[in-house]
Amino acid sequence: MSEFGAGAELPGWVTESRSRGEFFSPEESHAAAPAGFLQELPSYRSVLRRRAAAGDVQERWGNLRGIASAERREPQPDGGERGAIPLWELPFSIAEKRRIRDLQQGDIKYSSGWNHWKRTSSKSWKKALKDIKELSSYMQLWRHDIHSIEGKFGTGIQSYFSFLRFLVLLNFLMFILMFSFVTLPAVISNYGIFNSSSTKISPNNTEPYCTVYTPSGNKGLVYFYTYLKDLLTGTGFLEVTVLFYGYYTIDAAWFSVLRYNLPLAYLLTTFAYLALSFVWIIKRSVERFRQHLVHDEDQFQSYCNKVFAGWDFCITDLNAARLKHRSLLYELQTNLEEERLKQKIAERTMKEKLRIYSLRIFINIIVIAVLSGCFYSIYRATVFSQENSSNISIVGFQANLLVQYLPSIVITSANFIAPQIFSFLIAFEDYSAAFEIRLTLIRCVFVRLANVGVLLFSLWSQIHCDNDQCKACGYDYELYPCWESAVGQEMYKLLIFDFMIIIAMTLFVDFPRKLLVTYCSWKLVQWWGLQEFGISDNVLEIIYGQTICWIGTFFSPLLPAIATIKYFIIFYIKKISLIHTRKPASRPIRASSSNFFFLAVLLIGLILAFVPLGVSIALISSSKACGPFRNFNTSWAIVPYTILEFPIGLQKFLYGIASEAFAVPFFVIACLFMFYFIALAGAHKRVVEQLREQLVTESRDKLFLLEKLSEAQKNSGKPQKARS
Amino acid sequence: MGGSSSLLPQEALGEYQELTFLNKQEILLAAPAPGLPRALPHGGAVVFASSSAYKRFSELLPREQRENACSVRVPKSQILTLPELRANPFQHRICHVFSTSEDGDDSMSFEDFLDMLSVFSDAATSDIKSRYAFRIFDFDDDGVLDGKDLEKLVNCLTGQGEEARLSSIEMEQLIRNVLEESDIDKDGTINLSEFQHVISRSPDFVSSFKIVL
Repeated sequence: MSEFGAGAELPGWVTESRSRGEFFSPEESHAAAPAGFLQELPSYRSVLRRRAAAGDVQERWGNLRGIASAERREPQPDGGERGAIPLWELPFSIAEKRRIRDLQQGDIKYSSGWNHWKRTSSKSWKKALKDIKELSSYMQLWRHDIHSIEGKFGTGIQSYFSFLRFLVLLNFLMFILMFSFVTLPAVISNYGIFNSSSTKISPNNTEPYCTVYTPSGNKGLVYFYTYLKDLLTGTGFLEVTVLFYGYYTIDAAWFSVLRYNLPLAYLLTTFAYLALSFVWIIKRSVERFRQHLVHDEDQFQSYCNKVFAGWDFCITDLNAARLKHRSLLYELQTNLEEERLKQKIAERTMKEKLRIYSLRIFINIIVIAVLSGCFYSIYRATVFSQENSSNISIVGFQANLLVQYLPSIVITSANFIAPQIFSFLIAFEDYSAAFEIRLTLIRCVFVRLANVGVLLFSLWSQIHCDNDQCKACGYDYELYPCWESAVGQEMYKLLIFDFMIIIAMTLFVDFPRKLLVTYCSWKLVQWWGLQEFGISDNVLEIIYGQTICWIGTFFSPLLPAIATIKYFIIFYIKKISLIHTRKPASRPIRASSSNFFFLAVLLIGLILAFVPLGVSIALISSSKACGPFRNFNTSWAIVPYTILEFPIGLQKFLYGIASEAFAVPFFVIACLFMFYFIALAGAHKRVVEQLREQLVTESRDKLFLLEKLSEAQKNSGKPQKARS
Repeated sequence: MGGSSSLLPQEALGEYQELTFLNKQEILLAAPAPGLPRALPHGGAVVFASSSAYKRFSELLPREQRENACSVRVPKSQILTLPELRANPFQHRICHVFSTSEDGDDSMSFEDFLDMLSVFSDAATSDIKSRYAFRIFDFDDDGVLDGKDLEKLVNCLTGQGEEARLSSIEMEQLIRNVLEESDIDKDGTINLSEFQHVISRSPDFVSSFKIVL
């Protein structure tokens, strides 16, 4: 005990250092003699030895503390050991750390040159890392804004804004990719800058009527509102710009003597941006997933998490603190109630179970009916819109705009109504609160993403044709001579409409509501109150927009730029709306579970975006009248064509990889590895459980023996041994 | 802001950077304030503070003591006026844990203040945070968290006032659940290792145990 001298120590530290085996906390209640034995137990000694040999941090701290307080210098055989922890990670006050540092520097005299060099180099390396991290954090976009949001509204809402920032960066990178590899060469070679030129090879083995494509381009005198309409719908003068697929009707670009294969670049850049998004999202979610997986208890149920990590120390506002207290109380009460409910459920009778299950099946049928209703209405709206959008002369300008935007309007209303219906229905299904929230969220996600799928499906049903004439082209050449541009225009309209709706909701719903609640003192209005910042709704909104961007970028290469600007503006709109028109959430979502959930849904959106893109690229014939893939049957066909120009060896290798003889065994082996890791994880978990039980029984044994020992000593009446 | 040219010597700044998790900006902002630099007696270069830790700390002192802010202790009542601590239910425990005052009056010097900011900063490791969290939650300072500590902790969380408390049945149920999840050796208390173990499984701890100036 002598190495733990006086000094400003709390009893907690002494106890913790003394009781090496952590099973001996109640030793204080026993007499001194049994405690003395603890130091002599072989298990304790070997733990000490093992920890000292491995340079355990705790042991070092014990030593450091003792040395700092007692100001004794022991020449350590391995003087470099203590310098291995950076000073700033020691759990002592600044004054003590200063003493330790002075002692360390004094000890340098005792250590050999090699240890000294090792220590100083590791110290400077750590300091360099710290400086780099500091520098890189300065360059983060919106660092100060997100910090202040976190301070005022907590970490749950802050995670939404960091997610938004992530999407801005992702879209910006996508734009850079598409711009530099597709748009820039096309523009340069079209205008002949830098001694470049482009070649357009006319297709040779297709019917001539397939290749007729005359976009209107607004020649001659047009009304002003035509420009506005074109801006909003992507037709007219926008159709022939760089924005859409139709512009890139170039088969190769020549820069002096270098040949730039633009079609191949177009396809490969598409794959590149999809791969970039995929990898980046997975990388970001791996860290969050690790936390999620650490223990598989339901996150909503972990009491220790709520009690020890419940208070958000960032809160500075007294009102926010009051609300946080209330929400914590509410959360704890609901969870305790849920636990009691769970016990009640476990005691349900057979009759009750039958009733509940049949009710759930019935409600799921209603949900499916609602979904089918949404899908059918989207299908009809798309078909109607496509059929009637070219009748400009018959209907007026506004009506035509309405018809053009009909699919977007229907999708947005479906996205708005369906979640309300789901949250109404789920109350009848009698699930636990946590599961209710999850199930509603899953249903809403499904609605939003499936709506986009249905839209695309209806578009393709329009493009597809049946009679023999257009079978030669493979698509409906009369209505859609350049069908990729048409799809691009739909995606463009969806994106713009989504953006306008967000702005409109903020301007025309949130702010008037706030004004009403502030200045009108009617009971009804006050009860209606301000709206909360619904994190999941907002996140689903932006994920929906991002999915559209992913699908649409193949058909409209500059869409990521529009998406970047859109999310950039949305950040400020949401921030202003949050600060001025929202009340704090009563049931806050925890930051940890939300981070992982957002990324998981985003990943689902990305994978869902693969499907329509895959179908367009590989199955549907590319249009013969425009675009870089005129000479090929499908957009994908350029890849086999390019491979045929490779050397024979490489060709054989690539064919080998793509064949079934390779793919099937590869898949089987990958599955084997996956099963192995799953089994390993399961085994580890079981071992951990067993060890925990063992710990408990061991500690009980020791307590039992200690009691017996102290009894025996008392009975024998021997004087207690003085502690050495 | 204004013309308060409080001085923090360069070496002290470097030393504090080395001994804490804070970076230079968080300790002070090195933008020169209006006014000429004055040479200290020992000739060290001086840096002006215009924001963050040093400035906030010296604002807590009465005017005449601001010159030597580094060596003065601020009484607890003043510390509790900081907005970051004002709304915090653990304010008294925080002052108690970080204060190195021998009188036991929980007054804090500038170094204690820096200590506190360092532990609560973004860059601090979860190990450090969990150690200090354990000390803060240990209301009776006996080195373990027992039922009484947990009860006081939960009462702090739910707020002041009679209607903001859990009923005794709920409190018992809650404490039982917490101990079931975290008490490995089943002795009815949570010691530091058990606390750190349960914190390592808690994903929200690092993001909520944070104070940003």
